[in-house]
Amino acid sequence: MEKTDQRKELKVSAIENGTVIDHIPVQSVYQVLRILNLMEYNDQLLIGINLESQKMGKKGIIKVSNKFFKSDEINKIALVAPSATLILIKNFSVSEKKQVEIPAKVEKIVKCFNPNCITNVEEVVTRFDVVNKDELKLRCHYCEKITAKDNMAFK
Amino acid sequence: MKNKSLVSINDYTREEHIHILDLAGAFERRPKQRILEDYVVATLFFEPSTRTRLSFESAATRLGARVIGFSEPGSSSVQKGESLRDTIRTVSNYADIIVMRHPREGSARFASEVSKVPVINAGDGANQHPTQTLLDLYSIRKTQGTLDNLNVAFIGDLKYGRTVHSLTMALCNYNTTFHLVSPTELKLPSSVKMHIKAKQLGYHQYTELSEVIPKVDILYMTRIQKERFQDPMEYEKVKNSYILRNSMLDNAKSNLRIMHPLPRVNEITYDVDDNPKAYYFTQALNGVFVRQALLAAILGVVE
Repeated sequence: MEKTDQRKELKVSAIENGTVIDHIPVQSVYQVLRILNLMEYNDQLLIGINLESQKMGKKGIIKVSNKFFKSDEINKIALVAPSATLILIKNFSVSEKKQVEIPAKVEKIVKCFNPNCITNVEEVVTRFDVVNKDELKLRCHYCEKITAKDNMAFK
Repeated sequence: MKNKSLVSINDYTREEHIHILDLAGAFERRPKQRILEDYVVATLFFEPSTRTRLSFESAATRLGARVIGFSEPGSSSVQKGESLRDTIRTVSNYADIIVMRHPREGSARFASEVSKVPVINAGDGANQHPTQTLLDLYSIRKTQGTLDNLNVAFIGDLKYGRTVHSLTMALCNYNTTFHLVSPTELKLPSSVKMHIKAKQLGYHQYTELSEVIPKVDILYMTRIQKERFQDPMEYEKVKNSYILRNSMLDNAKSNLRIMHPLPRVNEITYDVDDNPKAYYFTQALNGVFVRQALLAAILGVVE
């Protein structure tokens, strides 16, 4: 009896190896899937939306089998879901847990919103300084215009 | 400053700005010095701009440099579809410094990164035009004897005018009080106001031109373009409200000077031109001295 009380029932089943992206704001789950190209993922992918969370009320979760994200991908997650936690799973157990963090500089992954910016005309690797982490404002290193959360697109 | 590209006004420190103004003063006293005889200056104008290009070419020629380049993309390899990257890489083999004007924002920064030689931005789309800002600072200092603690009014299109944006940012280093006169639709954007607020400087916003004239040392006029208005009726309503006439200058301070980046259309009437307070044509001349100073300093022939 005691044992079942202790064992929390999983709403989304466990994965053997891979990454769990936890604490995603509910409205950002599809965007996270999109920016990580997970729509076309060939291995097991488990998605939970509107799950109860003590921390956030409701949350989303994505479990990706046999996938460990690179820093560029983690930065993308941080930009669309700054509250997310990454949990690395090896052999059904947690090998590492970390909070994503918005970096001071963002390279390569974001498109400048300004259609007249040289980075949208020629092949130029985009570079931004994060000038405001809370409201998420990125200043383009080239055209110096601000790309904000509501007009942010990813490369 | 040797080999240091000038893309954005903030690439140079306040001290470096002052140094350029001092050098420009020396060139004003002796404009013809053949100190760049061994140098080639490339002027690449991917978008026509007669005034800026001639001013640079005059500056380079008066210092004895040879000038190569093009004045519109139609007469260059750009027409054949060459990328900016390739044009700049190629030209940086031929010249010691590149002066460029380009319609895309950020193009000058990108060029400075792929070029082997320093790049001076002569305007990148709506973004930056730092040599205009330096000649404005030079003109202000020359007419007022100082850059510190002045009352400066900007009139007209404060929303899209990059001249206004860059000069405002530069003046934030000098405890300026700003007087911003514009139609509601063309107010100074918050991204620029941010710089004024960060330095806790005074700024006042007006929609009437006349009330600001007695208060200020510099009246910086700009052109209001019809195409900036979504509603043509709005343009018709305001188009005559920001015109400066000689009769409006009666109660101005004696040290007041009127500046304008030119070309003007109708925002300053011709009867102002003969008023000793009109400074816009001298301002354009100052551009040559400032560009001489920049070429000489960046090429490292003066300290």
